[in-house]
Amino acid sequence: MAPHPSAVGGHVEGFGATERKDGWWVEPAVTAVVFLTFVVYTTWAALQGVHYHWGPYLSPFYSPLLFAAPGDEAGLHHAWFGAWPTWWPSFLPASPAVLILAFPGSFRFTCYYYRKAYYRSFAGSPPGCAVGPLAGNRPYRGETFLLLFQNLHRYAMYFAVLFVFILSYDAIVSYWWDGRIGVGVGSIILTLNAVLIGAYTFGCHSFRHMIGGGTDCMSCGKATLKYGAWKKATWFNERHMEFAWLSLVWVMVTDLYVRLLSAGVITDLNTWSR
Amino acid sequence: MATTRTFKVWRGDAKGGEFQRFEIEVDEGMVVLDVLHRIQARQANDLALRWNCKAGKCGSCSMEINGKPRLACMTRMNSLPEGETITVQPLKTFPVMKDLVTDVSWNYEQNRRIPKFQPKPRDSDGAYRMYQEDVDRVQEFRKCIECYLCQDVCHVLRDRDGREQNSFVGPRFMIRLASLEMHPLDTADRIPAVRDEFGSGMCNITKCCTEVCPEHIHITDNGIIPLKERVVDRFYDPIAMLMRKIFG
Ligand code: SF4
Ligand code: SF4
Ligand code: FES
Repeated sequence: MAPHPSAVGGHVEGFGATERKDGWWVEPAVTAVVFLTFVVYTTWAALQGVHYHWGPYLSPFYSPLLFAAPGDEAGLHHAWFGAWPTWWPSFLPASPAVLILAFPGSFRFTCYYYRKAYYRSFAGSPPGCAVGPLAGNRPYRGETFLLLFQNLHRYAMYFAVLFVFILSYDAIVSYWWDGRIGVGVGSIILTLNAVLIGAYTFGCHSFRHMIGGGTDCMSCGKATLKYGAWKKATWFNERHMEFAWLSLVWVMVTDLYVRLLSAGVITDLNTWSR
Repeated sequence: MATTRTFKVWRGDAKGGEFQRFEIEVDEGMVVLDVLHRIQARQANDLALRWNCKAGKCGSCSMEINGKPRLACMTRMNSLPEGETITVQPLKTFPVMKDLVTDVSWNYEQNRRIPKFQPKPRDSDGAYRMYQEDVDRVQEFRKCIECYLCQDVCHVLRDRDGREQNSFVGPRFMIRLASLEMHPLDTADRIPAVRDEFGSGMCNITKCCTEVCPEHIHITDNGIIPLKERVVDRFYDPIAMLMRKIFG
């Protein structure tokens, strides 16, 4: 019965300190890798300004396409407001994606699920449960003060719902080429993208709150629409993490697919026989 | 079949202490609490630990087993890898009284701060009426056994100054606040206090409370986040604020 020296309770202190014996660090490490991959890929793809559409397909990073990229005649039929504006300052990157990415970007960044993931992976706050945090002894203010902006998730959600409709429109349009209805691998990829983004968005905690979660008496004994909608949003909410990751990966896949088609690296299997 | 396992149990009091090693025979089907009782009976009669129901219902036997806040009576020995030394410690967040027993009275003080249930007037026939679907949400929160494992693991209380400054009541009491706020019969408004006194902004939703809850209460998704959303309604969403001005 040899004694081991230790402080009161025998708890170890400091960043990453724990008595846990399981692989608690695996999850934050995988999160960090996938997240960084996404950020690097998205930034790269968004700054390209080329290869973002092919036939009826439009990359989700460029949707809605407000203006086609400079000199992109072929992209004009996807563009809402026509050619790239001449007033665009030359010191800013001339890529249509930069006009819109802040909206889905801020939705994901302020998402309640992703907060857990990146506070653990990047801020070490804490890196794992019952594991010493990175900034242990500094005053802690949580999501007050500097991180008060997390409360803007509500606004990001309003835009995210709009984007579900826009991406669904892109998916529908992808079955239509030169006046003919058809289907390609790309149409299926775009459709899955809209479905996954929808499943992620409609499971948002803010969305669930807005459609009924904010009231205490959701039905008061009547079969209300509100109660039904809240229950459906709850189904998605319970799977929010899964849809968050699936939709994140799939949006990259969708962009990559359109990009490779457009660059002529791969060919699309489709019924338009092109 | 009985096997011999090694336990490393923290022994001491508020002034300090140390780990003590025990080699102890473990029978099939035992939980950690059983083994601690055997250690108490055979090797360390003065080992202090708290327990009552041995059924995961009283919330007394909270401690840290291999670094994780858990109920000793619900931690089966066969869930801990064989050959591994089992480390048993008191909860980190609360002051040690003796060995594995901590003083959790801070939690009762937090509970007292919360404005109590204020029901609306009874119906004309003298009854209170509510519907199952309207109480489904708060029923989940009633499962709480007050083991305080969530309070122990919450980094705001565990590693930061949340407890010392009373700046955050902790997940268990956010759940209590949610159960009152979402109750269809309750009339009190605790939302400004949820933000300003009980510290909803201190929680960064890292979900450790949910991970350790032995009653599987969705503390964050169903309790804390909905409360944060109600705070957003009240303080951070001008559209909601405007709607309230117009429609009351
Ligand atoms: S989610 Fe919030 S309440 Fe729960 S452990 Fe994390 S910080 Fe604490
Ligand atoms: S919410 Fe869960 S972990 Fe927290 S005190 Fe209640 S039962 Fe224990
Ligand atoms: S002894 Fe009651 S919960 Fe463990």
